[in-house]
Amino acid sequence: MLKIKDLHASIDDKDILRGINLEIKAGEVHAIMGPNGSGKSTLASVIAGREDYEVTQGSIELDGTSLEELSAEERAHKGIFLSFQYPVEIPGVSVTNFIKTAINENRKGKGLEDMPANEMLKKIKEKSELLEIDRKFLSRSLNTGFSGGEKKRNEIFQMAMLEPKLAILDETDSGLDIDAMRIVADGVNTLKNKNNAIVVITHYQRLLDYIVPDFVHVLYNGRIVKSGGKELALELEAKGYDWIKSDVTV
Amino acid sequence: MSKYTEDDLREELKTKEYEYGFYTDIESDTIPIGLSEEVVKTISKKKGEPAWMTDWRLEAFRIWEVMKEPEWANVNYVKPDFQAISYYSAPNKKPKYNSLDEVDPELLATFKKLGISLDEQKKLSGVAMDVVIDSVSVATTFKKTLSEKGIIFCSISEAIQEHPELVKKYIGSVVPRTDNFYAALNSAVFSDGSFCYIPKGVKCPMELSTYFRINQAGTGQFERTLVIADKESYVSYLEGCTAPSRDENQLHAAVVELIALDEAEIKYSTVQNWYPGNAEGQGGVYNFVTKRGLCEKRAKISWTQVETGSAVTWKYPSCILKGDYSVGEFYSIAVTNNFQQADTGTKMIHLGKHTKSTIISKGISAGKSQNSYRGLVQISSRADQARNFSQCDSLLMGDECGAHTFPYIEVKNNTAKIEHEATTSKIGEDQIFYCNQRGIATEKAIALIVNGFSKEVLNKLPMEFAVEAQKLLEISLEGSVG
Repeated sequence: MLKIKDLHASIDDKDILRGINLEIKAGEVHAIMGPNGSGKSTLASVIAGREDYEVTQGSIELDGTSLEELSAEERAHKGIFLSFQYPVEIPGVSVTNFIKTAINENRKGKGLEDMPANEMLKKIKEKSELLEIDRKFLSRSLNTGFSGGEKKRNEIFQMAMLEPKLAILDETDSGLDIDAMRIVADGVNTLKNKNNAIVVITHYQRLLDYIVPDFVHVLYNGRIVKSGGKELALELEAKGYDWIKSDVTV
Repeated sequence: MSKYTEDDLREELKTKEYEYGFYTDIESDTIPIGLSEEVVKTISKKKGEPAWMTDWRLEAFRIWEVMKEPEWANVNYVKPDFQAISYYSAPNKKPKYNSLDEVDPELLATFKKLGISLDEQKKLSGVAMDVVIDSVSVATTFKKTLSEKGIIFCSISEAIQEHPELVKKYIGSVVPRTDNFYAALNSAVFSDGSFCYIPKGVKCPMELSTYFRINQAGTGQFERTLVIADKESYVSYLEGCTAPSRDENQLHAAVVELIALDEAEIKYSTVQNWYPGNAEGQGGVYNFVTKRGLCEKRAKISWTQVETGSAVTWKYPSCILKGDYSVGEFYSIAVTNNFQQADTGTKMIHLGKHTKSTIISKGISAGKSQNSYRGLVQISSRADQARNFSQCDSLLMGDECGAHTFPYIEVKNNTAKIEHEATTSKIGEDQIFYCNQRGIATEKAIALIVNGFSKEVLNKLPMEFAVEAQKLLEISLEGSVG
């Protein structure tokens, strides 16, 4: 589904990604781990098409199509979803209004009519129940005054509504207590199927107890320095990142 | 029979317009440029006004003559040459264009986005029409419903002839001729405008709108509006139109006076979209307006405005809360783009006891524009237990625009309770990227953010006006983020 080849990216002439190679197939869950500043969030932003970053070398393909020329919204229309580490506030725009707009803009991007209101309401009801979100929450302004947990739950709610092909969860576990993490993880697991793929970016191992990855990659200094199965995450947890750092000569 | 609504009227306009007659072009009747006592007398004479009105205008002229144009507003413009303006022009029936093909395609595109019918498009852009809505006949149906309730809704010229006792009593009672330079000028030379009287205890069954009167009276550059709500009555009045109004008159100096007698309520909503000038800041209308309402005991006046047009706006819809327990409200959205300048806000003058006022102002600046909020909250010494809440929010787009807030608070009574909140925010790249990532393109994202920002005010507009205003906000900011 997603093929990343020798990807280099920089911001303000500073190289962040220095040759990433990664292939993700439908039905897989990949975890990307690594110390602070290793380029995890940059990788997520570059895949999503953030313009602040410049791709200097290499390529990203989704289902055989290069993403290079596509804007962020066009990538979203193709099914790429990013759950933000720091979701932004949009005062005065309700959770419902935002997701309604997003869904209809995605449909428009695919040449479809707006989703009929009753279908929309039904879907919102179904997905909000899945994530244990109550009705009052849906009419609040997007992320405005939300707790860390509410923000992340709302991200996963949007993911559930948009049903992306490739979902990238950037530090979704940060700011979550154990109950909220369970709800979020249950949500993600319910949405997982053989046609989509999930990339979990995390600093710690604990989220991976709930969302179990098929592959774990360690990112360090802009490169994937180690890949393995889920046991790699446990090893990292036990030994710390210094183990990787000393292992790698950059 | 269900009540006659605006929708019915609109339907009627659509279906009946062809039933009514043609009009004949009359020669344009314009007097030479310049302003003098003679000119004022000529205007009054041409309008066939009674002597008291002529005298009232002349007195205004004498006041204006010795006044100076105000310079305190945070705006820069070339002052108009008041002797280079012609102050009277009979409704010019000569079309500007022969067909829609000759009209600026940009303007037509905007009409289309706003969903304005073809005939209305022609009307608004000044295209010759072989058939027009006969104002008299449409107004007849409209007026019949109103007159059954004793409501008077007509042009101010007509009111001067037909209801002199009301006009004489109230004109200039809230905005005196001495009030300011532009109010004095307007009083001397006002061309026409609207008059509305709601009798005691009557709730006006429909929104009164000047939109339906566009061809009843050319509003002209010196518009005068007088709305009187008698005791315990209610009226909602809509002014303006979301369609862009291109006008050759550069200077617009209107005066609006509202009188809400005991326990009456007036809701006055405005959408202003005069020509703002081009993207380089050339041309555009100067909009210098004086709007003020007087509240008697337990009366309420709400001003709601969406200001997107004009090159320079100078406007402060205000409330004099004279009666005890009276309420004043001001809800405003002011959008400036390119080189537009707006200095707008309100004055809440608390005279009565237990008077209450609310101010919600939302300023949106884009391009190289300057947007200022200027507001006065004044609590007089006998206004015990007066309360005010003010909230002024500014939203900036880009690095070249400006937002300014000038709140003035004068309190002479220590039982008063006053709250003022102000915020300034910027549409950030983070917000845009977040929306983009959800599949929402940048233009749509800005519209979403701006509408969210303006929501508290949009909610105060009558439903249909709100939908139009929302579209207008989107259009006004199109292309403002590169």
